Amino acid sequence: MADAIVAEGLVKRYGSVVALDGLDLVVPEGTVMGLLGPNGAGKTTTVRVLTTLLEHDKGRATVAGLDVVADAKQLRSKIGLSGQYSAVDENLTGFENLDMVARLYHLGKQRSRERARELLERFDLVDAADRPVKGYSGGMRRRLDLAGALVAKPSVLFLDEPTTGLDPRSRLGMWDVIEELVAGGTTLLLTTQYLEEADRLADKIAVIDHGRVIALGTADELKAQVGGERLELSLGSAQDVAKAREVLGPLAIGEIVADERGHRLTVPVSGGAEVLVDGIRRLDAEAIKVLDIGLRRPTLDDVFLTLTGHAAEEKQGERGE
Amino acid sequence: MSTIVQALGDGAVVAKRNLIKIKRVPDLLVFSTLSPIMFVLLFAYVFGGSIEIPGMDYREFLMAGIFAQTVVFGATITGSGLADDIQKGVIDRFRSLPMARSAVLIGRTTSDLANNVIVIVVMSVTGLIVGWRIHSSFFEALAGFALLLLFAYALSWGMAIVGLMVRSPEVFNNASFIVIFPLTFIANTFVQESKLPGFLKTFAEWNPVSAVTQAARQLFGNTNPAFPPPDVWSLRHPVLMTLIWVAIFLAVFVPLATRQYRKAVSR
Repeated sequence: MADAIVAEGLVKRYGSVVALDGLDLVVPEGTVMGLLGPNGAGKTTTVRVLTTLLEHDKGRATVAGLDVVADAKQLRSKIGLSGQYSAVDENLTGFENLDMVARLYHLGKQRSRERARELLERFDLVDAADRPVKGYSGGMRRRLDLAGALVAKPSVLFLDEPTTGLDPRSRLGMWDVIEELVAGGTTLLLTTQYLEEADRLADKIAVIDHGRVIALGTADELKAQVGGERLELSLGSAQDVAKAREVLGPLAIGEIVADERGHRLTVPVSGGAEVLVDGIRRLDAEAIKVLDIGLRRPTLDDVFLTLTGHAAEEKQGERGE
Repeated sequence: MSTIVQALGDGAVVAKRNLIKIKRVPDLLVFSTLSPIMFVLLFAYVFGGSIEIPGMDYREFLMAGIFAQTVVFGATITGSGLADDIQKGVIDRFRSLPMARSAVLIGRTTSDLANNVIVIVVMSVTGLIVGWRIHSSFFEALAGFALLLLFAYALSWGMAIVGLMVRSPEVFNNASFIVIFPLTFIANTFVQESKLPGFLKTFAEWNPVSAVTQAARQLFGNTNPAFPPPDVWSLRHPVLMTLIWVAIFLAVFVPLATRQYRKAVSR
């Protein structure tokens, strides 16, 4: 199988801020790669370089066998991009938006109209087709934006945080649409801040931080690396936190994180509900007062904490996300 | 398909999109025509009594100036429109498409030209109502309007550069005000440049807005041969001077705007 996307040692600087710091990435044809990382990690910059919107400073990248700089113009007719903000024109109707995009892909007048109608049908926007986008809901806008990216039936599709800012129901709807798409064999590069999203949609996940890939694997492989679940406790006092830490030590499969001020304890464990029961027994035997205890699956924060030693939020607001 | 034909075709698609906006958000056009009407009335009735122009009625003198000022303001829509498109991510979408690099700018400047045409028609009617008359031939008058529009079109490309740089319509509007106001007021638009003090007089004499105003005045026959313009080359040959300015603007702004567009990305 050929590789649809190949990036080697991409570097992009904005002044003194390094947005990409030697990023390597390979996406085989017909697969879905999830680019997972917090704000400022370099996700959007990666997408912009690969979609010819931004020129990188160093390194090399090809998409669909074409160089993103030297063959930029040719490449643009083979890719589709749906950005973080729905890049649809509010004053145009849904139909006019898609018709315009099709015309700019040079599909011709007749074919453009047909394609616009086809896509409106497929994305369940027929009823709203002739209303200005201004009145669309967030979910409808995203669907229209995605439809715009598919106008030319691209072989490689880029979706930059396709569900950020959507309510849970619209998010699920969007996931269904994307799943259907990739079932058709489109190569997809998807960026997201949500582990859950990457887990559901991507064949492979590349975790990026500070502009480079720090971990690569399937969702299961990453979770195994992060280590099963988390036992989270809320305790009455700092002394209890210290005591609980000692008592639960044998259950931990990784480093226990204690927040003495907040009287909270996070213990990486594996084994599901049994471990929870075991933990409660041990705490009870030592008469440690537990205000709250729960078991949860690893989140992006846990992935980050494990892989980088810092939490995902630390880099909020950095340039070149 | 040759590159130029493609650029024009793509430009037409983008222009159509912008024109649909004028149709869907008519307030934009209403306000961009109301303010020149207000200017005509203000200057004709408030200042008209106190500003004396030797050899002619102030309203005759005024109209070419207001036309010039209005089309210059009309040209600023190019900048705020592009800034708005960047902010909304529409430019990102355009830039990811296999379209000509200059098409968005061609489309934008063309639709803004169309906007200026509508505004000029409305203003001409207002002018005729308050007593302005064209004393030249039909073709001369037509040439006058064409020159005004051409001047604004060339200036649009300059506004495009600023709009693409600042990336926010609010910032653009504030920034353009600082330039546009002195440019349209330190000129022969509303007063005779000869009445201005020292440095301002020289500035007004060579101000591109003065050239186009003087050219329109001549082509509309709103000048009095007994009172010729000052003996400055730019104002003695206003039509030629305007065309030179247009050529300079296009030669400088078109490549710069296209370059800026290539780099433009939303945050």
